[in-house]
Amino acid sequence: MRKPLPMLSQLFFSFMKVGLVTFGGGYAMISVITDACVEKKQWLTQDEMMDLTVVAESTPGPIAINCATYVGYKMAGMTGAVLATLGIVLPSFVILYIISMFLEHFLEYQVIAAACRGIKVGVSLLILDAGATMLKKMKKKPQPRIIAGCAFVIMLLGNLFSLRISSVALMLAAGIISLSIFAAKSVSEQRGGEGQ
Amino acid sequence: MIYLELLLGFLKVGCFTFGGAYSAIPLIRDVVLSCGWLSDEELSYMIAVSESTPGPIMVNLATYVGSSQAGFLGAVLATLAVVLPSFFVILLVMNLLKGILKSKYAQAVLQGLKPCMIGIILATGVYMTLHNCFPLAQGAKVDFRALMIVVLLVACMSMYRTLKKKKLSPILLIIASAVLGIIIY
Repeated sequence: MRKPLPMLSQLFFSFMKVGLVTFGGGYAMISVITDACVEKKQWLTQDEMMDLTVVAESTPGPIAINCATYVGYKMAGMTGAVLATLGIVLPSFVILYIISMFLEHFLEYQVIAAACRGIKVGVSLLILDAGATMLKKMKKKPQPRIIAGCAFVIMLLGNLFSLRISSVALMLAAGIISLSIFAAKSVSEQRGGEGQ
Repeated sequence: MIYLELLLGFLKVGCFTFGGAYSAIPLIRDVVLSCGWLSDEELSYMIAVSESTPGPIMVNLATYVGSSQAGFLGAVLATLAVVLPSFFVILLVMNLLKGILKSKYAQAVLQGLKPCMIGIILATGVYMTLHNCFPLAQGAKVDFRALMIVVLLVACMSMYRTLKKKKLSPILLIIASAVLGIIIY
């Protein structure tokens, strides 16, 4: 049985750690959050993490905040949601506040610039890894494969030729296509089998 | 009232940005420039700092802009404004949509969204890796140092996986990449 107090502080500190070590925005955070919530703590299953990623991606706001609120609320209700969200925001807040007060030429320090270039490379690998892990979990059927393939090609071409393709529009299209295929299938099933 | 402006401006950012920071930056630029808080150059610098510090980029940027415009209280308000919309949307989703999500129609939509998202994430990863190693901006040169870091990190990851039968934790990976960056650049 879980005791309420340790759970709350676990949520707070786990997400604080996520906030402290994730560079490069939402997609990179997915790996770190998966590591913290699925592998270390078993707060979510891999499938739930996948659903959560979809929800976070299709709701407004920073992906990391969406994830923290979701996990916090699921594990410990409203207080959990507040503490997890606070945990993930606090490091950013403190670090950026200090920078804005005292470090005007932050990016001009050679060591920081070099570390940042290294981190950029690491982060791109993390994003690849997050994508690959999800791909392995995906159902091996033609329909999801085609959708994933198309999304990949469209997005990559869009990036390479710096056309600004909105990922939200792409997801909307995929949702509509999938829903219409489902509707078409159920209509033809009803005609064939006289209402199963 | 700078406080109210910050609050409203970043609420707008928090409410209308989908899919992570990179799609949010144009909107943030819009809000910040139209309010006349910063010059384009100052904002670009702040975006670069927000990308190189840990944490969600939008939160970093909100704290930075808020604090530069109106001190501590400004930082608190801007940060809250960017966080609150997602917080409440998720609470709403979890309380109201749980039942709806189980319906077969919602499941059909999800069946489309998931693979699409996987495609997008993979494309972003591939693009970023390519972009790091072959920076087009500098005349399509090969960045051998970045390439070296990629090779070393991939080697580390696969070695760790075969030796310990476990994935290398992303935290260690980030620390390793920072150290490699300092050594190599």
